[in-house]
Amino acid sequence: MNRRTLFTSVAAATLAATAAFAQTDGEPVKAGFIYVGPIGDGGWTYEHNKARLAVEEEFGDAVETVYQESVPEGADAERAITQMALSGADIIFTTSFGYMDPTIAVAEKFPDVKFEHATGYKRADNVSTYSARFYEGRAIQGHIAGSMTETNKIGYIASFPIPEVIRGINSAYLHAKKVNPDVEFSVVWAYTWFDPAKEADAARALIENGNDVILQHTDSTAPQAAAQEAGNVITFGQASDMAEYAPMPRVSSIIDDWAPYYIDRVKAVMDGTWESTDTWDGIGPGMVGIGEITDAVPAEVKEEALALKESIASGDYHPFTGPINRQDGSVWLAEGETASDGDLLGMDFYVEGLTGEIPN
Amino acid sequence: MDLGSINPILLVASIMVSATPILLAAIGEMVVEKSGVLNLGVEGMMITGAVVGFAVAVNTGSPVLGFAAAALASAVLSLSFGVLTQVFLSNQVATGLGLTLVGLGLSALIGKPYEGMKSPTLPKLDIPLLGDLPVLGRMLFSHDIMVYLSLALVAAVWAFLKFTRAGLILRAVGESHDAAHALGYKVVRIRLMAIFFGGACAGLGGAYLSLVRVPQWTEGMTAGAGWIALAIVVFASWRAGRVLIGAYLFGGVTVLQLNLQAAGARVPVELLSTSPYLITILVLVLISARGIHGAPACLGRPFHASS
Repeated sequence: MNRRTLFTSVAAATLAATAAFAQTDGEPVKAGFIYVGPIGDGGWTYEHNKARLAVEEEFGDAVETVYQESVPEGADAERAITQMALSGADIIFTTSFGYMDPTIAVAEKFPDVKFEHATGYKRADNVSTYSARFYEGRAIQGHIAGSMTETNKIGYIASFPIPEVIRGINSAYLHAKKVNPDVEFSVVWAYTWFDPAKEADAARALIENGNDVILQHTDSTAPQAAAQEAGNVITFGQASDMAEYAPMPRVSSIIDDWAPYYIDRVKAVMDGTWESTDTWDGIGPGMVGIGEITDAVPAEVKEEALALKESIASGDYHPFTGPINRQDGSVWLAEGETASDGDLLGMDFYVEGLTGEIPN
Repeated sequence: MDLGSINPILLVASIMVSATPILLAAIGEMVVEKSGVLNLGVEGMMITGAVVGFAVAVNTGSPVLGFAAAALASAVLSLSFGVLTQVFLSNQVATGLGLTLVGLGLSALIGKPYEGMKSPTLPKLDIPLLGDLPVLGRMLFSHDIMVYLSLALVAAVWAFLKFTRAGLILRAVGESHDAAHALGYKVVRIRLMAIFFGGACAGLGGAYLSLVRVPQWTEGMTAGAGWIALAIVVFASWRAGRVLIGAYLFGGVTVLQLNLQAAGARVPVELLSTSPYLITILVLVLISARGIHGAPACLGRPFHASS
């Protein structure tokens, strides 16, 4: 063996050793995130990204995260998710309902990659679903809205006619009705998750039609700005606290806290204990937070709202407790009966008292 | 259904406000295309205008300065497109798309500190006499200055292209750059000026979004308005008057369907939302069937004096 071959073989051995070392514990777990809006939307995507940063904070160098913003729902999502899987992601969070079929399709092609789809209902061996019980927060919003409206007209900016959105409308309506039997809901379908100009237009249309409370199920803070401009209209933060619009128009909010779940799931991938699961948590476990109720809300209403929050968190009260009829008058839940998760996940009808039709 | 709760006065007023950003962007893009350049970067220039206008208005407290800065910033940005495509003869489609990506990224970067902030907004004009008219006053004559400026701009562009010598030269460059060059006109310089003007208009449109229509800064807030402006230019078959109709139609349908829904009317929402696009496709089919499309003959074609 001459000197040159000696050097080469030593180098090769070192390389091999490094590679082996890297494979055992040096390689970081790569977590990917697909977002429906920009991370600066101040709402839905902002909170998912905050949770991503929490994952980085928790695991430091042991994790590497990548994300892609403003991925359209539908065919293009499949391309984006595939791209992420090809780039070596170990776990991919797809964070909007419309990514459901693309996620399932990509997951079939990458059996070794773990997928986590938010707010959907299709699972596979390597696809978990997770969502939060936003309707619990909607019940509290409905209570405050029903108590505070003076015109008895509440406007609701809805995004797409999917069960999650319909559930929110029903829950808010039931609880507004409970405190104010005269209350009416106007629902506007914006057919977008994120389009500040359109969301502002929708809020203005509702305000011009006499609604003095605006609930939103879209992701930007534009409706808050429109309500502020109009004055004397109250709103609620959606997905994120939107505290910059407190104390008026934003009087409270629903905050999505995904961080504990994301940390948990990435940890499971690291430990090799990841399994396909279905998670649906609410106020109790902390996945749904209720933002500070401001002083614009009368003290007794605030107290009632907090009591409602407590009883939902402890499990004493379910926001969908009978008697509840469907819009057509047929019985859905009998006296004292609570809705099953299956019913809630597939909800495609309005409850009695709501006017208008759900587009399909 | 009760349509009584829709106030026609407020409805027309909101339509005018919601059409203004796309009208500004579209009229600028029309001039660019009339000179024979296809700039697909409208979305990027609009969002740059939105963020720069917002930032300047917040820092100076003057929305007018915000609009001026927005126009300047987008115009300067559009010049990068101009230099690349006119001097270095890069592909216009690819460069325009690049401009959109740059604009979206740059605006997100500049806008970070401005999220959730409030800006001073334009005051509504108080026009004596006209503003006091019973119905029309509130409907048409109590808007902010930019609404009227956008309408004046449409009229000015129309008159410029139709009646002035400079307008004729601009059209000549767009129809046949070789002939215009042979006559001694500076094709590249004229096109750069058109691109600059188009950028400034898109910037104004963007600033109108962030300062008046929404009013706030949110990342990605144009949400496709630039693409709609591009579609309107085609829809209008490159005529100023029809750009106005197109912009008000797009703005109008959006606001109208939201109002109908708010009033509880049973409207086919999906159909109404897509109707402007359907109409654009229909117009495209019609003009191509007729064979006269009105597109400048040299649209999108590169020009070099040596060829």
